[in-house]
Amino acid sequence: MTALLSVSGLRVGFGRDPQNHEIVHGVSFDLAAGETLAVVGESGSGKSVTALSINRLIDFGGGRITGGSIVLQRTDGSSTDLAQADEAQLTRIRGAEISMIFQEPMTSLNPVLTIGTQIEESFRLHRGLTGRQAKAAARDALDRVRIPDAARRLKYNPNQLSGGMLQRVMIAIALACSPRILIADEPTTALDVTVQAQILALLAELKRETGMSMIFITHDIGLVAGIADKVMVMQAGEAVEQGELNQVLDDPQHAYTRHLLHAVPHFSSGRATRIDGQRGTSASTEPALKVDGLVVRFPVKGGLFGRATGAVHAVDGVDFDLLPGETLAIVGESGSGKSTTARAVLGLEQSTRGAFTIGKAAAAAEGVRPMQMVFQNPYASLNPRLTVQSILAEPVIASGGRTDARTLSRMTKLLARVGLTEDCLQRYPHEFSGGQRQRLCIARALMLNPSVVVLDEAVSALDVSVQADVLELLVDLQQEFKLAYLFISHDMAVVERIAHRIAVIYAGQIVEIGEAASVLAEPRHSYTRKLIAAVPAIDRRHETFEIDMRQVPSLVRPLGFEPQPADWQSFGPDHLARTEAPDGAKPLVTDDA
Amino acid sequence: MNYLTGRLVTFPLVLLGVSLIVFIAIRLVPGDSITAMLGTEAGLLTPKQREALAAYFGIDQPWFIQYWRWLYDLFHGDLGVSVTYGRPVLDVILERFPLTLELALLSMIVALLVGVPAGVYAATHNEQPSDLGVRIIAMVGQSTPNFVLGLVIIYILSAGFGILPVMGTFTSIWQDPLTNLSQMILPAVTLGFAFAASVTRISRSAMLDILKDDYVRTARSKGASSRAVIWRHALPNALIPVVTLSGIEFSYLLGGAVIVEQIFALPGLGRLVLDAILQRDYALVQGTVLFIAFNVMVVNLLVDLAYATLDPRIRLGER
Amino acid sequence: MEQVRAIARHTSGRIGGAIVLVCLLAAALGALGWTPHDPLMQYRLDRLHAPNGTYWMGTDLFGRDVASRLMVGIGQSFTVAFFSVAFATLTGTVLGLAAAWLGRRWDGTLMRLMDMLMAFPAILLALLIIAIIGPGLWTSVIAIAVIYTPIFTRVVRGPALSLKEREFVDAARTFGSSQSYILSRHLLLNLVAPLTVQVTLALAWALLTEAGLSFLGLGTQPPTPSLGLMLSDSRNLMETAPWLMVFPGLAIMISILGFNLLGDALRDILDPKMRRSLA
Repeated sequence: MTALLSVSGLRVGFGRDPQNHEIVHGVSFDLAAGETLAVVGESGSGKSVTALSINRLIDFGGGRITGGSIVLQRTDGSSTDLAQADEAQLTRIRGAEISMIFQEPMTSLNPVLTIGTQIEESFRLHRGLTGRQAKAAARDALDRVRIPDAARRLKYNPNQLSGGMLQRVMIAIALACSPRILIADEPTTALDVTVQAQILALLAELKRETGMSMIFITHDIGLVAGIADKVMVMQAGEAVEQGELNQVLDDPQHAYTRHLLHAVPHFSSGRATRIDGQRGTSASTEPALKVDGLVVRFPVKGGLFGRATGAVHAVDGVDFDLLPGETLAIVGESGSGKSTTARAVLGLEQSTRGAFTIGKAAAAAEGVRPMQMVFQNPYASLNPRLTVQSILAEPVIASGGRTDARTLSRMTKLLARVGLTEDCLQRYPHEFSGGQRQRLCIARALMLNPSVVVLDEAVSALDVSVQADVLELLVDLQQEFKLAYLFISHDMAVVERIAHRIAVIYAGQIVEIGEAASVLAEPRHSYTRKLIAAVPAIDRRHETFEIDMRQVPSLVRPLGFEPQPADWQSFGPDHLARTEAPDGAKPLVTDDA
Repeated sequence: MNYLTGRLVTFPLVLLGVSLIVFIAIRLVPGDSITAMLGTEAGLLTPKQREALAAYFGIDQPWFIQYWRWLYDLFHGDLGVSVTYGRPVLDVILERFPLTLELALLSMIVALLVGVPAGVYAATHNEQPSDLGVRIIAMVGQSTPNFVLGLVIIYILSAGFGILPVMGTFTSIWQDPLTNLSQMILPAVTLGFAFAASVTRISRSAMLDILKDDYVRTARSKGASSRAVIWRHALPNALIPVVTLSGIEFSYLLGGAVIVEQIFALPGLGRLVLDAILQRDYALVQGTVLFIAFNVMVVNLLVDLAYATLDPRIRLGER
Repeated sequence: MEQVRAIARHTSGRIGGAIVLVCLLAAALGALGWTPHDPLMQYRLDRLHAPNGTYWMGTDLFGRDVASRLMVGIGQSFTVAFFSVAFATLTGTVLGLAAAWLGRRWDGTLMRLMDMLMAFPAILLALLIIAIIGPGLWTSVIAIAVIYTPIFTRVVRGPALSLKEREFVDAARTFGSSQSYILSRHLLLNLVAPLTVQVTLALAWALLTEAGLSFLGLGTQPPTPSLGLMLSDSRNLMETAPWLMVFPGLAIMISILGFNLLGDALRDILDPKMRRSLA
């Protein structure tokens, strides 16, 4: 049987001299009808470039195919080499035979056109449908991707829908004309983990319905387990390994594949939690940080005179304590209030109510700001116009110090400690990679000897193998300086590696808190279960995803609304979960925006 | 609060502020208004007569009462009487306004008809010789003051062809559209040229940026042809900065066409202000300036409305 | 130094830079009195003399040397442009930073005030100011500065608002950095690039406005030469002495072109992301 798509010796270069600026160096693979091929690699591996070369969108991104062929079996039985095809041919193939969905659903739809218009366009282009017929077809397409109330949603503009909804719309557009191949370029990377699970389940279901083939590009080898038939691993523009899914995952041949499988954090249901520095093993029992009844509300203003009509209950009664040398991970999805909690603890957000107590030892010490923070985006958290030296000096100057010999020696010591050399001091942030910048941010946070470091998604923006290194550095530093970490993250695999304790936060409230292994292995609250079930994992590859269409409830409450006081149930020495109201009684407000 | 209601609520406030600025500015002009009104004859007045006159015009009152009275009159369409014309200020303004408005509209039409296609053309032929050509013309166009261009046009017509543009008496478009257009076309081209150059530059750079956007890639992945991508997906987005620019330029044309009106001897609002200032006809200056500022604000409001129609994100108050 | 080299590598930067330097040189020589002839001297016998070896750009109706007058005129134009833009940049930066940093009421009030100023078309505002303080070089400076202040306020406020939300400012807050440190190091330092571009482009506009005002006779007052007035005076002699129109016209155009080209180059070099905002 001939392959539906056969790529051989594909070479792609960029710029005026594509031969000498090659990004993809001779990649070959075959895709059979109905098959899913996962292409796995880190940023710069050439995986996206390969994907964009197949439907030749790379031409519009400054790339040129410099060698090889991409042979597609057409619907009419003929075959076409896409590498040689002209633009007129390609416009007939794109959308009709090969479709594509992208990483950022928020920016991938035209902001000034309704989603209905954008779906209809596909039918107009390839099926010649117009007017009422096109509208009906668009509605069916939306129904097919399980968007409720499709007829009304057609009139929406992209900014009125959430990321997950928009990715469904993108899928509806891509599958409108029943293409035989769908290229999905990191389609779930920008989405929350439960939404990711929904999208993956939807893709799997649609694949079963239509029998299409799929090329799934991802950086997360854990993700491919549930959906792929074949896997191709890419590194630096070359396909270093390809084969059947089970063969690649269970018996990897290439060192890089092994690295991706073993060195990188993968979720394993609480079996890979830390064994060092557990609560109770250390002598000190006085918390480095204690938070009592933290509430953060933002007024919602309305009407002509801008009076408060309600409040967003971003954080609604959060308590926890944190011992020296301990990591408490706060886990939740976007909009859950986890970052607001961190920001409120540091005073970046005004808390409405609540008390913080900082450990006495830390508060008494001189010249110490007891809490420091490392932010998510290493590109945005360093001022691009300052040298590394000025950046590291800032906390010292802020607390009344000067850039003297002692400060300088501390700088070089810390730089060395985070794995950077002394000659970095006179350089600017743009000369460093993302991982190095995050190391700089860590060094800066340690300049003042803090007792608590708040890490807000501190490794989320990094490539997976860099992630592993930075996590390792964080653990070492924690042991060395007895640091207490408040680790904010959405990524269960990362949390499993670094947390001693975990607090799961949902709609501004902690729903479950306790020892990491216990929470991850035996989640008690329904939300925690849902969250953990959604995490893709290599050892759960044969489980099927279920589609859960429930949306995050709205956090907007009327003025003066107070939540019910929490009712905790204990499930062991250090494991509490909030008692849930019987199903149906909970006011789950669905909200698209 | 919604974006547009926000604009509508602040509109009267800003208008009130503008009127206050004009009011104060006119009172800052050296010399009291009686002298200003009567010119040299004011020197013949006895102190008694002066007081009587001051009481008559209400200028013996504190400034806020004067301002209040002025505002009150304003609301009743009374902008005072022009000393030079001996007629109500509003009548004089309304007589001149159609010309200014027509000139501004014509220039804008010229600018958009030339500028947008030129910008799109240059963006889609990026870095090719034709793009370079468009860019050079646009650069020179943007750097040519309209009075220099106006003089050059007149010079070429008179020295090269021996024709002098029709000057002097202005014919309304309702009376005789052809004569009117023959009078207006040269000033409109003069004003529209630099405007067109700016439109070209901004639509080119907006288009270039947008062609790199994700949704353009999506459109291509659907199988839309390059033409459809440009006109259907990219252009509506590229028009947003063009609307901003057009709003600014149009406001400028409403009051700033002074020099071109001067060169082509057109009796527009700009020249009216200039003459009024030179002749110290302060009631007229005050009225005209306020009238123009009011129109500019209306234009700004229309620009905001245009945004809201073009970009749903603005309509929903996100930006 | 690195920036200068980058400008020299950029085609329009090279041309624009050269034009600006030549204009500055001409203006400097004019200011020092090193002109071919006395710009005010009336060579009665050589009235309306066409350009030749003695009078490079000819003479005017009164027999004054056009080239010398042009050099002084460029100086006048540049003086007005530099001082007005400097003033507008300073006040605009202060107001824009204040609006962005203080936020809420301050922001609203300041920006509404700027809206009010912007309701007056540029030339109209200038005419109003000239009516109050009488025409002259410094009046032009003040008028153009007032016109540009709201523009610079907006130019600073927008990026300042987004810088304020950046994570390095949050980080600075967690260290307890002082307001003045955050404002100077984190906001102002990052505003230098966009401001440089705006200043250069504003200089071009200021030259244009100055030329317009002096064309109307409301700028630099005679007998001091000014480009606009020279051009305006040439109108009646257009057919007999076209050089009276050509040279001042070209001088105005080319000096504006110089700053526009330089501004474009600077935008490409310093601030590639700003392209979509106003040209």
